[in-house]
Amino acid sequence: MMACRAARELADGEVVFVGIGLPNLACNLARRLHAPDLVLVYESGAVGAVPERLPVSIGDPSLVTNSLGVCSMAEMFYLYLQGGRIDVGFLQGAQIDRFGNLNTTVIGDYARPKVRLPGSGGACEIATHARKVIVVAPQSRRSFPGRLDFITSPGHVDGAGGRARLGLPGAGPTAVVTDLACYGFEEGEMTLVSLHPGVGLAEVRANLGWEPRLAAALEVTAAPTREELRLLREELDPGRRYL
Amino acid sequence: MGDKRMSMAEAIGRFVADGDAVVIEGFTHLISFAAAHEIIRQRRRGLTLCRLTPDLVYDQMIAAGCARKLIFSWAGNPGAGPLYGFRRAVEEGVPAPLELEESTHFGMVARFAAGAAKLPFLPLRTFTGSDLPGVNPSIRSVRCPFTGEELPAVPALRPDVAIVHAQRADSEGNTQIWGLLGVQKEAAFAARRVIVVVEEIVDQAVVRGDPNRTLLPGFVVHAVVHEPWGCHPSYAQGYYDRDNEFYVGWREVSQDRARLERYLDEWVFGVADRREYVARMGAALERLRARPVYSAPVSYGY
Repeated sequence: MMACRAARELADGEVVFVGIGLPNLACNLARRLHAPDLVLVYESGAVGAVPERLPVSIGDPSLVTNSLGVCSMAEMFYLYLQGGRIDVGFLQGAQIDRFGNLNTTVIGDYARPKVRLPGSGGACEIATHARKVIVVAPQSRRSFPGRLDFITSPGHVDGAGGRARLGLPGAGPTAVVTDLACYGFEEGEMTLVSLHPGVGLAEVRANLGWEPRLAAALEVTAAPTREELRLLREELDPGRRYL
Repeated sequence: MGDKRMSMAEAIGRFVADGDAVVIEGFTHLISFAAAHEIIRQRRRGLTLCRLTPDLVYDQMIAAGCARKLIFSWAGNPGAGPLYGFRRAVEEGVPAPLELEESTHFGMVARFAAGAAKLPFLPLRTFTGSDLPGVNPSIRSVRCPFTGEELPAVPALRPDVAIVHAQRADSEGNTQIWGLLGVQKEAAFAARRVIVVVEEIVDQAVVRGDPNRTLLPGFVVHAVVHEPWGCHPSYAQGYYDRDNEFYVGWREVSQDRARLERYLDEWVFGVADRREYVARMGAALERLRARPVYSAPVSYGY
């Protein structure tokens, strides 16, 4: 469901900066369906990748074979990201707050963490520079807390106008897709747009660390089509690594 | 320029000292596990390990007690969960506390680029709105003398030694790679000493026949080590695939300290060198051998 809904956020012809895991699955799904000219860019330096297998890592050799180009990481960050050439950034976060700020650094205190997470990698620069950002994450009170333990990558910072005040070039997060619902952003705040089939508002509230802002008309997320499910289960991730 | 070929034991013995700042680069691709294992075998201590993604390679070195400090930007097992050797050092101080200097990928790239270009720092657009500058005092800002804009800046990083794995080099160290290029060029030019490890030693005519593929000229290289399969479980494009099963399996191995130590005893301390490691791996490596996919030749004529 998350992969399908995230895939639908992508338009044909867009240049998308792909992270590993569900984002990777969603981008490859979109490329097989409504967005054959989606350009997949990986921070490892692969540009216009057409992986024949679902890459386990974002540095997989299958991203290079038959790609449009390979660049160094200096070129990737200076020219592609900071140069403003990326339309969509796809991010996952261990923790997300109501303004779409992301934590992938620590749970608990930085100096004495309860859980040490991997850190930023390229996430902070993707969040800074991509024209827009889509976030995918399974929803729970732990992962959507009222307050983050650490801000690794900026979303809308402290709400409406937060990014402009700091001079952040990209528009920041425009959508959050969870296993329960889809959110957009209004005045820099996560806004519930649709509930997945069979999910009630009470369940969404129980798995969110704050009272959700609601869109004017709450919808039911369109269920995955048979073709989407077939592609995901039979071709893209038959080993069920991410599904 | 002279023949720089030597064994891995000699290269590590001569060019990596206790307390050094060491970078073994390669973004998922071309990571020299052979060099890391030799550093562990020679029981180097107090190293400052620099690398964007510590990966399994530094997880093993940290667990083996080689590291005092880590300068990095993403410490996970790519595609397969956490690095428990790293986490035990950070969360529990086991086997020893690990000082962290944490950045982003872009921050690390800019640090190596500044080091390579002999600039004291480089400005870049990232970190704004992040808590990282609050925990890393080396992330500062600078006022642009032309526009007056305040920009984040990172200091140059100049490691004592860089270790780079490549598909091929000649005996003088003229080094060529293809596939993912990572940040090896900047890291090597930033370092005081450079060790190149290769799948194949080729005649200089092979390098000269395709000069656009050259990553490093021999005059920045101090040692050339011939070590086929030297990246495993990482990979070398066109030679062998990434051992994804090993990476996924590392989750369980590294989670249990005793199991991780048994791994080091068997596969690092338990072999004399990479050749013995490769022999013992046997058929497990053969299944990773790449199927060839050739590019069309280009003409360098004029």
